[in-house]
Amino acid sequence: MKLRRSMLFLPGSNAAMLSTAFVYKPDSIMFDLEDAVSLREKDTARMMVYHTLSLPMYRDIEKVVRINPLSSVYGHADLEAAVRGGADVIRLPKTDCAEDIHELEHEVLRIEQSGVRPVGSTGLMAAIESASGVVNAVEIAKSSKRLIGIALAGFDYVMDMQTERGDGTELFYARCAVLHAARAAGIDAFDVVYGNVNDDEGFLREVELAKKLGFNGKSLINPRQIEPLHRAYAPTEEDVDRARRVIAAAEDAEKRGLGVVALNGKMIDAPVIAHAQRVLQRAEASGVRG
Amino acid sequence: MNSMQSLAEQRGIATFGGYAKYAPYLADPVAKRRRKLADTLEEAVRRSGLESGMTISFHHAFREGDKTINQVVDLLAKMGLKNLTLASSSLLTCNAPLIEHIKSGVISRIYTSGMRGKLADAVSHGLMDEPVQIHSHGGRVHLMDAGELKVDVAFLAASAADEFGNANGTGGRSRCGSLGYAMVDAARAKYVIVLTEELVAYPNTPASIRQDQVDCVVKVDQIGDPSKISVGAARITSNPRELLIARYAADVLEHSGYFKEGFSIQTGSGAAATAVTRFLEGRMRKADIHASFALGGITGSIVDLHKKGLIRTILDTQSFDASAAESLRTDPAGHIEISTDYYANQSSKAAAVDEMDMVILSALEIDVGFNVNVITGSDGVMRGASGGHSDTAAGANLAVVVAPLIRGRIPTVCEKVTTVVTPGTCVGVLVTDHGIAVNPNRPEIAERLKAAGLPVLSIEELHARAIAITGTPSPIAFTDRVVGMVRFRDGSLIDTIRQVVD
Repeated sequence: MKLRRSMLFLPGSNAAMLSTAFVYKPDSIMFDLEDAVSLREKDTARMMVYHTLSLPMYRDIEKVVRINPLSSVYGHADLEAAVRGGADVIRLPKTDCAEDIHELEHEVLRIEQSGVRPVGSTGLMAAIESASGVVNAVEIAKSSKRLIGIALAGFDYVMDMQTERGDGTELFYARCAVLHAARAAGIDAFDVVYGNVNDDEGFLREVELAKKLGFNGKSLINPRQIEPLHRAYAPTEEDVDRARRVIAAAEDAEKRGLGVVALNGKMIDAPVIAHAQRVLQRAEASGVRG
Repeated sequence: MNSMQSLAEQRGIATFGGYAKYAPYLADPVAKRRRKLADTLEEAVRRSGLESGMTISFHHAFREGDKTINQVVDLLAKMGLKNLTLASSSLLTCNAPLIEHIKSGVISRIYTSGMRGKLADAVSHGLMDEPVQIHSHGGRVHLMDAGELKVDVAFLAASAADEFGNANGTGGRSRCGSLGYAMVDAARAKYVIVLTEELVAYPNTPASIRQDQVDCVVKVDQIGDPSKISVGAARITSNPRELLIARYAADVLEHSGYFKEGFSIQTGSGAAATAVTRFLEGRMRKADIHASFALGGITGSIVDLHKKGLIRTILDTQSFDASAAESLRTDPAGHIEISTDYYANQSSKAAAVDEMDMVILSALEIDVGFNVNVITGSDGVMRGASGGHSDTAAGANLAVVVAPLIRGRIPTVCEKVTTVVTPGTCVGVLVTDHGIAVNPNRPEIAERLKAAGLPVLSIEELHARAIAITGTPSPIAFTDRVVGMVRFRDGSLIDTIRQVVD
């Protein structure tokens, strides 16, 4: 169970950031070759990201590379570099339907089969950025065993919907749709980036909403947002106590060969145990909320 | 000869010759009050008897907003003075006009805490025949008391003064706050001139500089621009890297063993150091502890904690922003102005730094022996100041240095610092964005930080990490000529700064 609360976006063309961004310890880092990189820097960014993927300092962080769409002139070169470089996950932008993922998966397999890395070792992630993508979210989420999650990208989506970013009302359906698709497929779901890095309160409100809805985490554009996000996702002391009791009761039941067990009159079954494990995992990663 | 006269002669005592014999101004109702006022700065200089070859002094409380040093030296140059020793508590980028006065021989020797900008660049490239003497804030007072640095005329800028010279930095318009540096000069210089923008009614209180110390008062158009005090070193940050370092530093303070009710602290200037203060509040509230005092250079964030009741007393030797200056003006019971003698002079009868638990300090470079350079940059050129660095590191129970592991493409953690300002034995902990290193001479601190789950590495590991990212930097090319002498706070020579190759 991989913890994915924070996915930090890094422009692939920013050498200074690439050389040290691991110090911020996000759960995942997404090296961007797409929107954050200007046309004239596409090649430089691709080479720098390829090099960065191999740095030992990034060994303990999940490395995601957002490539340009395969239909663009950069897409295939980006994919070659990312897969060969050792990216854990390829993020495909503007995913509208399952076919987009099938095409990507086919290319990834071809590169893996050339012997650069074990077949099947490259994960995929779909970014949903349009009304079609949202409507097709379920088929996208279920389109490949390689998919680790799907992410909602708010900016292009609201444009497509002919509205604009506001208090979240405009994303209401999309968030629910993407989240349900992810859960139905058993993969992770990531909420949109929060653009105003100087508005801490607004950011935390949005984090709270995403967390309550059930998102695994959020895409982030500034390292400053990591710590507050992790803190917001940290369980309370009470949550941790309850989770420990659940795990203890479950272990005890297993030892005694009982199939079902109750704690304080409430049934403990597999989903309750899984939830307790997630709570303890978050507590271990960033402590408890005081 | 009557018996009184002979008795007076026998004893070498003068006989009474009228109430105004030795103070003739007392007979003139106007002169007795206004005798110290000079109409112009030039007149003040003439009255002081300043001659070529003498030593003049200044304070740098206005930092980059200073308008006094350049103004006075310009005038001295016009008056034909030469071969002066300039003893400013520090020099900054705004002092670039001094270059011409050094070239023309007006200034031939300098004592300062540091220098930046074009002046520093020129000096590092061999502008002066005599090496610049770099001292700490406490060390400056020590050099004066030890007799090496004898100030003939102190030119002390104060935002408000009365006709007798009672002066402060909290009255008037251009308020720099604490006059901690100037208080030292006022007490020691042979002749003290107060330059003020605003003459106020007698008595001007509180008097940082007192009437019994002042020889002459002159009103000038401008002494400094307080809005530029917080430009440069004393800034607040939104940089994620600096905030990360600040958070680690707050973790270190919290788990150091000194974070107890009544602890004391200095957070200093520098982006990360200032940001540490922000993180302290939450930790102090959570642990329900209060600080007895905060020391040294004071920022608005320290004032904020004081106002919230988390810091009992502020001992302010330099106000780093308008908020600190305003607090000093409005809170005389809790926010106290102290001289750098009181602050950090080790040969004083007591120095506040010795009472301090923890200090946060910055660094341009720190080597694997924990020696710290805060004076020369990666190009070997001076670009900083000794300040209170060695004073506080030597005095405090725990000195915590904060610095990014890499600046630009240059490692901050290196094998050997370009210039030693603070010896490694005084530095307890280094906090970088890549992890924390504890001086092997503080094993108890290392244990506490590890127990708290902090990322503690050896400083050699941090160095290796830096080199892995940047590669090994080429050595800086220096000539053999010494352009600066770095004096430890006790006056001893701890290192030299050599001329860089063009």
